[in-house]
Amino acid sequence: MTSIFSTVVVTMLLEPTPDQEFLKETTAKFLTSQASVAEIRRLRDDPIGFDRDYWRRGADLGWTSLLVPEALGGGSVSGRGLIDLTLIAHEFGRHAAPGPLVPTNVVAAALAASAVGPSAPSVSTEHSDVIGALLSGRATASWCMEETGGFGRMTTEARRDGQEVVLSGTKRPAESAAQADFLLVTAKTGEGATQVLIPSGTPGVSVRPMQTVDLTRRFAVATFDEVRLPIAAVVGEVGSASEEVEHQLRVAQVILNAETVGAMERAFEMTVEWAFDRYSFGRPLASYQELKHRFADMKTWLESSHAIADASAEAVAAKAPDAGLLISVAKAFIGHYGGELIQDCVQIHGGIGLTFEHDLHLFLRRATLNSSLFGTPADHRQRISTITIAEECAG
Amino acid sequence: MTAAEVEGVEGYRVRARSWIRSNLEPADFTTLEAGLAGELSEAEELAAIDHERRLQRKLFDAGYAGISIDRDYGGQGLSPAHQRAFNEELTGFDYPARLQVPNFSPCAAVLLDFGTEDQKRTHIPAILKGEKLWMQLLSEPSGGSDVAAALTTAVRDGDEWILNGSKIWTTGAWWSDWGLCLARTNWDAPKHRGLTVFIFPLHRDGVDVHRIEMLNGSKEFCQEFLTDVRVPDSDRVGDVDQGWTVGTRWMFHERMLYNSPLITAPPTGRPTQGAVSPVGVARDIGVLDDPRVRDLIGEARMLEMVEGELQERIGTAVRSGRMSDQGAAIARLYHGVSAARARSINFEIAGATGAAWVDDDGSAAGRGIDFLMRQSPCIAGGTTEMARNVISERVLGMPRDRTTDRDLPFREVPRGPAAGADSRS
Repeated sequence: MTSIFSTVVVTMLLEPTPDQEFLKETTAKFLTSQASVAEIRRLRDDPIGFDRDYWRRGADLGWTSLLVPEALGGGSVSGRGLIDLTLIAHEFGRHAAPGPLVPTNVVAAALAASAVGPSAPSVSTEHSDVIGALLSGRATASWCMEETGGFGRMTTEARRDGQEVVLSGTKRPAESAAQADFLLVTAKTGEGATQVLIPSGTPGVSVRPMQTVDLTRRFAVATFDEVRLPIAAVVGEVGSASEEVEHQLRVAQVILNAETVGAMERAFEMTVEWAFDRYSFGRPLASYQELKHRFADMKTWLESSHAIADASAEAVAAKAPDAGLLISVAKAFIGHYGGELIQDCVQIHGGIGLTFEHDLHLFLRRATLNSSLFGTPADHRQRISTITIAEECAG
Repeated sequence: MTAAEVEGVEGYRVRARSWIRSNLEPADFTTLEAGLAGELSEAEELAAIDHERRLQRKLFDAGYAGISIDRDYGGQGLSPAHQRAFNEELTGFDYPARLQVPNFSPCAAVLLDFGTEDQKRTHIPAILKGEKLWMQLLSEPSGGSDVAAALTTAVRDGDEWILNGSKIWTTGAWWSDWGLCLARTNWDAPKHRGLTVFIFPLHRDGVDVHRIEMLNGSKEFCQEFLTDVRVPDSDRVGDVDQGWTVGTRWMFHERMLYNSPLITAPPTGRPTQGAVSPVGVARDIGVLDDPRVRDLIGEARMLEMVEGELQERIGTAVRSGRMSDQGAAIARLYHGVSAARARSINFEIAGATGAAWVDDDGSAAGRGIDFLMRQSPCIAGGTTEMARNVISERVLGMPRDRTTDRDLPFREVPRGPAAGADSRS
């Protein structure tokens, strides 16, 4: 019996335009040849976790430019760059692909927003150079945002001292902080937020590599010990970046969700194929009702995840009033069911599914990592609850 | 009407919104909820049905009934997108909630798919005007999920058929007018090849309708006993012995639920038994600040919102042909599982008040009864197990379960001791 999975898996992100389809296909082809499972395994012990040339070529395919307006050298294919980016991220998930997709895009978008926003008189030459370097793939960036002690906790401080800004605090996990050329540090200033762009190697910045579940993504503890920078390093205004930070968080969550859905889809396809090919007691696994019913559950989780990922991406892209609620719903649901789905794929594979040799863990790793970054499912359930209670108690 | 003459969806929406706002009352589901909880008298239920018949007539007179149904049959000849726009505008307003499922879908849907021209011209306008309400005679006491194993039998007698048997789980049969009935016409063929679909009025000799009391006191479900019910051959739907072709489509429409383009209802659907806000439950017993309770509230809202997006995705995929009709089972499975979970969440938040309460416990009162009824959304409208079969076999293409009855003459199919001696004719 042969698998017919290739004809039954509905791979549809929204209703892609021909241009979006092209964007997705070129990345899919590139990743198939340049981010093979052998390459991912080879990068396991690589300190950077991706090849610089691979990243530059990916940048040529649009990986870094979608959230930056044309005036600053970027551009989307559909007019809605974040939706376009979810197509790339979905393929990243399907390939468990290497590269700092989330931090580079978030930082490029943050710099661009401060350059073209209403409160931005003019973009500093320094920042526009950085945007150019990120877009071309010559440089990458890290977003130093998360801290220990619970999602949303912020102790790192930025204070103004004359024509300088002084940063103190510790950020972790900061993706690519030891590899990136630029760090965007989000800190608090009184009740407000301040973001500062720091070139790597700035005195007072120490970066300690961390271990992680993913084979190619790299994380670090970044410590800022009274780091002094000229005021021009501030992105936006001192103490007034809270709204921008919240939007950056949502953008990061959108990318992570799209990636996880891609990883879920790939793991599910592999397992459906396995169920057709693997025989036990003289018949394929796919003929056992107990397993068929679990595949039905998995298919339902997959389609649900896809649905809420797309809906929340639309809301965040449009900065809709319910974007905060939708993105938390998506992050909570995909964070939970992504893990459930792929773990069930492992179970159905049996022992082979727990080996390094098998490819399944590449997708389990990516989904596991993504579920924890920028708020766990439990963190987001609290956020959903807060919004829901506020709505109902107001109405 | 040519494509150029069809009103654009957005223009239509604006017109519908204005009509809805000036002609319909704000939604008030108190009576519907009381009915689901078994708290209404028969007279009160019938009054509610009459109100909905009048509402349906109002929609018809204003040109908002059967929006996506052909004009030949009394509809408006517009697209499913127009119906969706109307439905979205309907949120927060009164509408004939009891007249949607199964009256419009699956019943009217099946008539439109398989009915003769005469049947469609006779029955569809009456449904659209709220004059005749339909229900489905599908399940039988001898078998729930195994619908094709129907024992209700139709025997040909000249230009008529004589029906005998029993049907069950018919929602609101006691106040409905017509039934769509799956019956066995050939006991010598394998089970899927000996079925035929008939239609007949319910208020007549030989049709005995009993209301079934559920464990929560609700009496919305019925059982019918058919004794020598004569049906003219012109009231047959589809070909003789080809009823399973009709039945497969029938159950597809059933799984489409509120995604069906024939349904007039806000996207959130109608209240269902046990669908109570967990925030209200938590507030009414003073546990709104408990982080564990907040986690549950977050989970409930998450499941509800994802369901809305999933319905939309599956509906779009099925309509555009990117997913087979059978994909509707995905939304059906999700709904059952998440609705059951929602009842568990409310019961858990309610604590001991869920199990023993007084009237002034507010939303927390009675949540234990909902918990007792928890499996209802996983059973009604086709069980979640059947949905899982459909997803794995018809969507993922996995091998069908081995059955012993597929190629046997139905007469020889084992029916087990539970079927009772009298059914082994």
